[in-house]
Amino acid sequence: MSQSSLAVELNGIWKRFPGVIANSDINLKVASGTVHAIVGENGAGKSTLMKILYGMQKADEGTISINGTDLVFNSPSDAIDAGIGMVHQHFMLADNFTVLENIVLGSEPKNGMRLDFTKARKQISDIAAENGLAIDPDILVSELGVGDRQRIEILKVLYRGAKILILDEPTAVLVPHEVDELFNTLRDLKKEGLTVIFISHKLDEVLSIADEITVIRQGTTVGSVNPHTQTVSARDLAEMMVGNELPTPEAVGDTIQDEVVLKVENLSVFAKGGKAIVDDISFQIRAGEIVGIAGVEGNGQAEILDALMGIESATGRVQFKDEDITNKSTRHRRELGIGFIPEDRHRQALMLDAPLWENRMLGHQTRTPNANGIWLTPRSAKADTKRIVAEYDVRTPSIDVLASALSGGNQQKLIVGREMSGEPKLLIAAHPTRGVDVGAQAAIWDHIRNARQAGLAVLLVSADLDELIGLSDNIKVLLRGKFVADADPATVTPQELGTAMTGAGEAA
Amino acid sequence: MNLRRIGISLIAPGIGLIVSLAATAVILTVIGASVSTVFASMWNYGTSPRAMSLMLNLATIYFLSALAVSIGFKMNLFNIGVNGQYVLGALAGAVVASNLTLPKTASVTVTIIVAMFVGAVWAGISAWLKVARGVSEVISTIMLNFIAIGIISYIIVRTSIGTETSLNIRGTKPIPETGMLRGSAFIDSGTPIYGFFFISIIIGVGYWFLLNRTRFGFDLRATGKSATAARTSGVQSNRMIYVTMLLSGAVAGLVGLPYLLGDTGSYTLQFPTDWGFIGIAIALLGRNNPLGIALGAILWAFLDISSGQLVLEGVPREISTIMQGLIVIVVVISYEVVRRYQVKSEQTNVAKALAKQEASV
Repeated sequence: MSQSSLAVELNGIWKRFPGVIANSDINLKVASGTVHAIVGENGAGKSTLMKILYGMQKADEGTISINGTDLVFNSPSDAIDAGIGMVHQHFMLADNFTVLENIVLGSEPKNGMRLDFTKARKQISDIAAENGLAIDPDILVSELGVGDRQRIEILKVLYRGAKILILDEPTAVLVPHEVDELFNTLRDLKKEGLTVIFISHKLDEVLSIADEITVIRQGTTVGSVNPHTQTVSARDLAEMMVGNELPTPEAVGDTIQDEVVLKVENLSVFAKGGKAIVDDISFQIRAGEIVGIAGVEGNGQAEILDALMGIESATGRVQFKDEDITNKSTRHRRELGIGFIPEDRHRQALMLDAPLWENRMLGHQTRTPNANGIWLTPRSAKADTKRIVAEYDVRTPSIDVLASALSGGNQQKLIVGREMSGEPKLLIAAHPTRGVDVGAQAAIWDHIRNARQAGLAVLLVSADLDELIGLSDNIKVLLRGKFVADADPATVTPQELGTAMTGAGEAA
Repeated sequence: MNLRRIGISLIAPGIGLIVSLAATAVILTVIGASVSTVFASMWNYGTSPRAMSLMLNLATIYFLSALAVSIGFKMNLFNIGVNGQYVLGALAGAVVASNLTLPKTASVTVTIIVAMFVGAVWAGISAWLKVARGVSEVISTIMLNFIAIGIISYIIVRTSIGTETSLNIRGTKPIPETGMLRGSAFIDSGTPIYGFFFISIIIGVGYWFLLNRTRFGFDLRATGKSATAARTSGVQSNRMIYVTMLLSGAVAGLVGLPYLLGDTGSYTLQFPTDWGFIGIAIALLGRNNPLGIALGAILWAFLDISSGQLVLEGVPREISTIMQGLIVIVVVISYEVVRRYQVKSEQTNVAKALAKQEASV
């Protein structure tokens, strides 16, 4: 690293949100003219860090220095002025505009009052030629595929004069040969002297492109490796990502009963283009059993859960106890006693500008204590909300405050409490303790274990491998919509699981 | 905390009123009129018994129209087609009522049912277009307004349903006095208050109950607050679109009846056709809350009625239209500002309350 100057240097970055510490004491040095990868689990704080670097959020403490100068970013435009460009994971392009129009959008070249497209076209083709980003500027974006769209996003930031590019999970949406093309582009950019910060959790990819890899775990930087000078395997990185802590020990009582509560056969979910996001999976869960799904986020977990709840349309067969519920409505499924803790609590599990007690009713609005026939029963709903607040330690001054006023962890506790109410037979849970503090996490685990004792079947998706191993009776590893491996939670380590999840250990 | 919330919710309309009064004062000064004379004259006339009666009658109509709009608004469904729904409802009501020979209660009930049904069917077309074909209800309802008015003109001008009425305008056959609901002059003014004034109060209360005390109302509000969360909770969005649109159309079907059964007794070519749009403005003012809508309707009606005074003061009566527009804009903006402030302040309050709890432990 000593051979070149530093393009980016972050020192002691802290960022706290109500109830959560997203970044604690982050230190990062990125040499200019290199591809620097930042890896970490979901929720490790990568996104927050990049938002800070791009001026979308302000750090509570710490300094940012770009090319040796200390700077303060109040907005992304400050970051852009400093030569930083961000390529988002989700493309921000106008479909009905041409490539050229999309690239200049927001910083249009003007000639008096007129738009000077001739100048822009020349500039763009120069940039494109220099960096090997061949693309027809006059084609409509709606006609382009994902790889091309990404190239446009890169051109967009280059056109704005970026010398430091942040790419947020750029390969998540690409097929393998597009990944190769992207990497070629990145190598070209590097040759032109640009610096690339590459966020990913696909370890084999990171190893093939990065000059330097920094690992983030639980909001803090835990180390950097240089794959050119050190021999590092995907496995080593996975170990650094998940840490070495052992799962919380627990008395594993065998509570599995004979009755099959959920039986899934040949379940598939297809994306709009026909690509299978969930690819022909089958499994079953018995009463008193917890089946865990391990996998890097975005490999089909959310779609499996939505399909099981009847929110997403799917093919295959789903049976609950003796009833075929394949074509049954979400409400019917809920009334059968299926509790659901979705992955995205703000979109799917809460009405943010409604009071807590109304949120208590959501998803349970047809049953006691919330309703009696067609009538709502707010009084008993409120009483039951107070029960949940007490039992699940939801920190709130009252049940009349809006859900948006609570911290993420407390929102989550309310959701878990709600979904555990009314003696569910099956709980479908994604990240049940995400964002929850340690004490409350243990309490939620206890609630789930106690319910299991009473015969609750649980499908558990979690990015917290310790949680997955500690709670599950069986673990299935999900990769690109398929179960690729089974793991026995009694013997598997988080490291082994992490490796299997990233596909790095596929050969093993 | 609840008192505080009510207080905060009154801030926005308060600001709206003050700002629009101030802006109107500026306009009046610019055109060289005496601000105090004009305002005093509007107030004096507007509070006279006769004006009050007229105001309550007009407010009844506006209230129903705004309720119809706000049912849709509650789940982010924009029924811009109240105009078309109520003119067709009123026409159908007029035709049926003029051919009925039933006792008053029965006749009025049948008229109400017919008008609501027609309004609902007309709104149902938009619901079907949205669910089956993905057509935005904003577009379809507004287009159906034009179609409705065209159909009505055709029926009245070209078919035997239309006849010459007493005032030399074509319209439907007059409704017999047993089919009318004229109401009584309970304010001492000689102008009766529509019987529908009381019916609309009942409907307002029913609306509140439906929204806040029934499962359906919860599903509706949940859909409005977060469509994705509602779907996850088991709400079937297509069914909600149908039911909500039909309900909205049914209430819209009532909008023309107070005037039809309380005043004209015949649907003529001069029947007003823009109460639906006023309903949108009032629904915004009243924030989809029946009490707020009632107040908004009365305010709007007051400005309409007292604008006649402006001419006597030598001021164009459009000043009151400008005031109405200003009130809506300012209130909508201040609602949003207040809402953001409220969310922020609640977050800090919660944080503070929790910090205190923790400190005392």
